[in-house]
Amino acid sequence: MSTTHLLKRADFIFKSDNDWKDVLKKSLSRKANELINELISSELKGRGGAGFPTGLKWKITSEIDSDEKYVICNADEGEPGTFKDREILSRVPFKVLTAIAVCGHVTKAKKGFIYLRGEYFFLKEGLEKAILEFETFCKTIGFDFSISIFMGSGAYICGEETALFESMEGKRGEPRNKPPFPSSCGYLNKPTVINNVETLAHTYTIFKYGAKRFYDLGVQFSRGTKLFSVSGDTPKPGIYELELGMSLADFVEEFGDDDTKAVQVGGASGFLVPRKRFAETTIGFQGRLVGISLPTGGSMMLFNSSRSMFNVLDNYLNFFAEESCGQCTPCRVGCQQLLRGIKAVKRGEKNAGYLDKLLKLAETMTYTAKCGLGQSVANSFSSIVENFREEMIY
Amino acid sequence: MEPIKDLIKRLADRYGRERSSLLPILQGVVEQEKYLSEYSMTEIARELNLPAADVFGTATFYSFLENEKMGRYIIRLCKTITCSMKGENQILLTIQDLLKIKVGETTPDGNFSLLQTNCLGFCHKAPAMLINKEVYNELTPEKVREILTSYINSNGGGKENVNNTSS
Repeated sequence: MSTTHLLKRADFIFKSDNDWKDVLKKSLSRKANELINELISSELKGRGGAGFPTGLKWKITSEIDSDEKYVICNADEGEPGTFKDREILSRVPFKVLTAIAVCGHVTKAKKGFIYLRGEYFFLKEGLEKAILEFETFCKTIGFDFSISIFMGSGAYICGEETALFESMEGKRGEPRNKPPFPSSCGYLNKPTVINNVETLAHTYTIFKYGAKRFYDLGVQFSRGTKLFSVSGDTPKPGIYELELGMSLADFVEEFGDDDTKAVQVGGASGFLVPRKRFAETTIGFQGRLVGISLPTGGSMMLFNSSRSMFNVLDNYLNFFAEESCGQCTPCRVGCQQLLRGIKAVKRGEKNAGYLDKLLKLAETMTYTAKCGLGQSVANSFSSIVENFREEMIY
Repeated sequence: MEPIKDLIKRLADRYGRERSSLLPILQGVVEQEKYLSEYSMTEIARELNLPAADVFGTATFYSFLENEKMGRYIIRLCKTITCSMKGENQILLTIQDLLKIKVGETTPDGNFSLLQTNCLGFCHKAPAMLINKEVYNELTPEKVREILTSYINSNGGGKENVNNTSS
């Protein structure tokens, strides 16, 4: 079966949210099991990048007996090249609020939070207004649920779910060991559903139109649509909703500037794909049936031939070295050493063979770092160094 | 300006005295003071009945919670990849030239501090910067001159919504 098809645009996410009261009332009148099954059969997977099945996440928390549970919307959108969540929260906030409340209904949580990154402070006022209107309506229909905004303060790592809980608990944003997972032990060690903004917006689509409408879009293993944040060397930067499973070649055909040398899929923590691999790469969660399949939070950064890949990697590594929480040694020291290492090779203080040592270090970080930040540094590091080795040296 | 002690008490009354109230309280102090002094941190520790070291540990983790005295307007210029590709350096030079300060410094009149920051989420409208909480994007040297000049001219008025293109 082919997992690739031409680029297909869609328009669900940004379709007006002014029917939210109907969607909310309809969903609240349904049983938790029904709603969970709807999500499971839609095959919606987390849109923050990790791709965990959303229905399963809700189901696990719904089945745990606890006096206190939480629903958290992760709006700590910090991955370089990602800016879709901001747009969702400013254009269709009621979809997200409705989804949080429906999740509360399903899991029997009474309290929802939106963890909003400090950089997006300007969204806070509008969101608060929307929340007020939302909560007032919930009261009139006798649904007991409240939502608060929790502001971040400029830390990329807090997008990692357990670091986000630590931050909300007033601590340093240092990721926890997993297990236990948030579903059973999250914020204040209570069962917590934590979903990305876009994931929640998709559940709105699913509750409104039914699972089939969503499932029919995309390809096997990667159902539905996804928002893509397109930036870099492109004549049309912006946010686009596309069906999953497209080939990178089709994407570049549409968004490239006829001189695209490489595309960074998934932000600084994602992979760099060189031109020779565009045709065999698809954008989706899984499916090594044909070529390579890359999951992504939706960051697509294009680079044309005027760009030095050394500068790109140098920029990423500076980013990671600054944003590493410093808790575990592989990440804290590893990021710094990778950065120093590529500079030393560039200056000729180390020979080209040193790059192979750095590749091994990056691989070690993948296995030994505590959380996704340290584990994913090797993604961009290795894919850039392996594909553009000469640019690292000369 | 409200005395720090009163401010902290008011914030604690509003957000609570749990550990989970710490970040909103720290943010509230920074909003007024622009930074967290040792005095502020020990006062917060006292008010919340926490070890001062815990407050210090949390406060120093977050890049938007400054520990040094900052200017009235904090400029945070994004230096992550797309902004860097789209001329961030020209913007930086323009700001430095206009305000006569380098990254990490504050103007002698205490009005502006210049910092660099990581991805602001405006890669499609790069380069971008924050001045306090306002976003300015698609910057050019001319545009950034205009923006800063309007801040300089409104000095004292606290007018922050200058030519804002935040979405």
